[in-house]
Amino acid sequence: MKGARENPAAATAGAAGKSGASSVTTRAPGSIEVYREDFERKMSGPDWLRALRKEGMARFQTLGFPTTKNEDWHFTSVAPIAERTFRLAPLGVGGVKRADLARFDFGENGWHTLVFMNGAFSEELSSNAVLGNGVRVSSLAQAINSGTPSIERHLGKIAAFEQHTFTALNTAFISDGTYIELAADTVVEQPIHLVFVSEGEGVSHPRNLIVAGRHSRATVIESYVSLRDSGYFTNAVTEISLGEGAHLDHYKLQRESEKAFHVGTVQIREARDSQLHSFSLAVGGSLARTNIYTSLDGDAATCTLNGLYLTDGTQHVDNQTSIEHIAPNCPSHELYKGVLDGRSHGVFNGKVFVHPEAQKTDGKQSNNNLLLSPTARVDTKPQLEIFADDVKSTHGATVGRLDDVAMFYLNSRGIGPETARMLLTYAFAADVLETIPLVPLREQLERMVLARLADEV
Amino acid sequence: MSSGIEALVNREYAYGFVTDVETDTVPAGLNEDIIRTISAKKNEPEFMLEWRLKAYRRWLTMKEPHWGNVRYPAIDYNSLVYYSAPKSVKPLQSLDEVDPELLRTYEKLGISLNEQKMLSGVAVDAIFDSVSVGTTMRTELSKHGIIFCSFGEAVQNHPELIEKYLGTVVPHSDNFFAALNAAVFSDGSFAYVPKGVKCPMELSTYFRINSKNTGQFERTLIIADEGASVSYLEGCTAPKRDENQLHAAVVELIALDNATVKYSTVQNWYAGDAQGKGGIYNFVTKRGKCAGVNSKISWTQVETGSAITWKYPSVILQGDNSVGEFYSVAVVNRKQQADTGTKMIHIGKNTKSTIVSKGISAGEGNNSYRGLVRVLPKAENARNYTQCDSMLIGNKCGAHTFPYIEVQNNTATLEHEASTSKIGEDQIFYCKQRGVSAEHAVSMIVSGFCREVFKELPMEFAVEAQQLLGITLEGSVG
Repeated sequence: MKGARENPAAATAGAAGKSGASSVTTRAPGSIEVYREDFERKMSGPDWLRALRKEGMARFQTLGFPTTKNEDWHFTSVAPIAERTFRLAPLGVGGVKRADLARFDFGENGWHTLVFMNGAFSEELSSNAVLGNGVRVSSLAQAINSGTPSIERHLGKIAAFEQHTFTALNTAFISDGTYIELAADTVVEQPIHLVFVSEGEGVSHPRNLIVAGRHSRATVIESYVSLRDSGYFTNAVTEISLGEGAHLDHYKLQRESEKAFHVGTVQIREARDSQLHSFSLAVGGSLARTNIYTSLDGDAATCTLNGLYLTDGTQHVDNQTSIEHIAPNCPSHELYKGVLDGRSHGVFNGKVFVHPEAQKTDGKQSNNNLLLSPTARVDTKPQLEIFADDVKSTHGATVGRLDDVAMFYLNSRGIGPETARMLLTYAFAADVLETIPLVPLREQLERMVLARLADEV
Repeated sequence: MSSGIEALVNREYAYGFVTDVETDTVPAGLNEDIIRTISAKKNEPEFMLEWRLKAYRRWLTMKEPHWGNVRYPAIDYNSLVYYSAPKSVKPLQSLDEVDPELLRTYEKLGISLNEQKMLSGVAVDAIFDSVSVGTTMRTELSKHGIIFCSFGEAVQNHPELIEKYLGTVVPHSDNFFAALNAAVFSDGSFAYVPKGVKCPMELSTYFRINSKNTGQFERTLIIADEGASVSYLEGCTAPKRDENQLHAAVVELIALDNATVKYSTVQNWYAGDAQGKGGIYNFVTKRGKCAGVNSKISWTQVETGSAITWKYPSVILQGDNSVGEFYSVAVVNRKQQADTGTKMIHIGKNTKSTIVSKGISAGEGNNSYRGLVRVLPKAENARNYTQCDSMLIGNKCGAHTFPYIEVQNNTATLEHEASTSKIGEDQIFYCKQRGVSAEHAVSMIVSGFCREVFKELPMEFAVEAQQLLGITLEGSVG
């Protein structure tokens, strides 16, 4: 099935991408050595964290950077990341003011907002709102320093760095990020917004941990943004533990600079009756990869994974999701849509695993792609692996362009081709935006999509 | 309801017997001398030997692929016997000259040549181990200028066609098993349908693995010249054995301008005992090339046998307006593993492909659909429709779907749908309430599930397929 393939991303890696694993070990040591140096220079924190970070580094060195021979990276060559040397990004605010970040706040300056500059928490850029009792939101560094016991219990336990090299790399550099803890029965009405601002040419490894107690409820937004057009690398990991009956709305909005590299992993573990609503937006980055991995560990846990990716120019945007049905009676729903223009390359790989005990699973997955230009490219791989018999599971994938008949219909009613094209494209994307329950965010994303499409015509 | 069903599920492989015929074999192992010996025994022209050696040298540099979703113990390629031919092979004029032992074997299988000839009007090129012993209906076919013979005969009588087309669809370097096949293949079938001829009957070959420890390496080459059309049937049964038998066949189909090739397979090789021991390893490379405009290649397969199936009948849609089809039913039971699917490579303009795959998993079987639909940048208006459905019977089996969709042209329209379901207690209850036994109910539901594929099969095959499905599966619901 996998003869010589034409992969533009692999082509940027030159011959190295094609000749497989062995070439990586000859090509990559340079950059891996740099990570190693920085790792040793920046070693700090309590003993358990040092041990965890060492494990992460060891695993990263063993795994190395994946090649396109690795099934999880079949359509995405990470050579552009592996071949560059990224030093840890410098800390500090670098002249950024709170007003500069206003455009990322959805017109809601009252939200509880944590801002991170190149991965480090910035007190002066952040703003606090009254969240009520039973909820703790702080920077991960502060929480570790104050010796919060549940961090040690959860950190590095959910995000699987054994298999995933970028998660291992992030684990090696755990220093800051967000820690959110919700006590049982706590309901946080206000969304919690985490803004990761990156600049320069370095790498940051933000690490977030969300521990939601029994029957708690919250909304968390992670925004990855940049104020300038620079070629940095963000390698983020978020771990989420949902207790019994907990309900989390999670948004990951990837709006990095168009020269940036982004690998973002969100890994969730869900206890019985818990609910996860995940929405992932990917519009930025020259090479971007988002992983949303959830595991339905308890009876009747549910998850909804939705996503939208809009790409243009020579962007390469990859989305991977994985839903592990471990417990019975769990429904999962997934809808990812892609709009691809220019010479961009979109990738979707959605995996659904149904374990033998996960009877009465109801899984639905769908991926639709719209190709706006003749040179855009999409690779999609919806994947089902089923080991239980009493299961309803479906998946679907489509690839196509704008419908000629619909275009003709609009044209015949006096709507010009450019507007018609915008309208139809917007309608295609709006389908998934409509599923966002958080109104200010939905409205701003709708405006953003519209503006982006208007730019293009 | 389960006791009668158990009996059916655990039914012994009905075709497991060994025919005692003297065979002419080469020593076990593989090296250039063995290849020269095979080539010499087959009295092949120089270009064939060169091609075999080229493939062998390439094979030595290749690694056995392990990306499939199948597990099996390592194969020792040097312990296999790469050639075995029934001793009695001589050019035969009639069935009377065929070794009566062989004829009895066919009778046990229910495919007596006489019967086939008289009742179904099917020309049968029966392959016993690796050398064909009887080719029938050749006179009838030759009236139309159709060449249908064993591969070995084609090499002797039509070397120019072999030299022109051999390896043009599956090159000698294509993959590990195809390279091995190219180096050591002993025989197979060859069909050539000349310009404008519609083949008046179904061409058919029965394959059978017999000699102990002999991997079978057939090679089939079918060419439909401009405006020609042909339908080809391949069916398989193999005797019971305790050691795994490797089967690495290659099938190449070529359709030139306005030509149509339809290739149907019913595969029921020995799947191993209840512990999964002793079944056939079926690692096959099948590929068709729609080389001309408006050409069409259609694959239909019913896979019920083999311990391991690793096969992806594919179509290269090179000619403008060409059409590729793939219809498949794959059934696994006990410890069978199947990793099967198709590849549709859209190169020409206005090319269309349809994929319908039905996977049924029972016992401890694992069934994977792995398919690739690739639309290259110049394939304007490509169209694909894919449907792959799985059915699970019992909770120790697995059903997996790995579709790859790669699109590099925005005028393409692709749809992929997949579903997984089970036979519901309520469905069985409904049938039983109306006096239909559980066993019949299951068979009815499974037949319905596979109907879209069965209707693509030629009539006599459809009947056989239904029966096979019954034997492999019937009533595994418990």
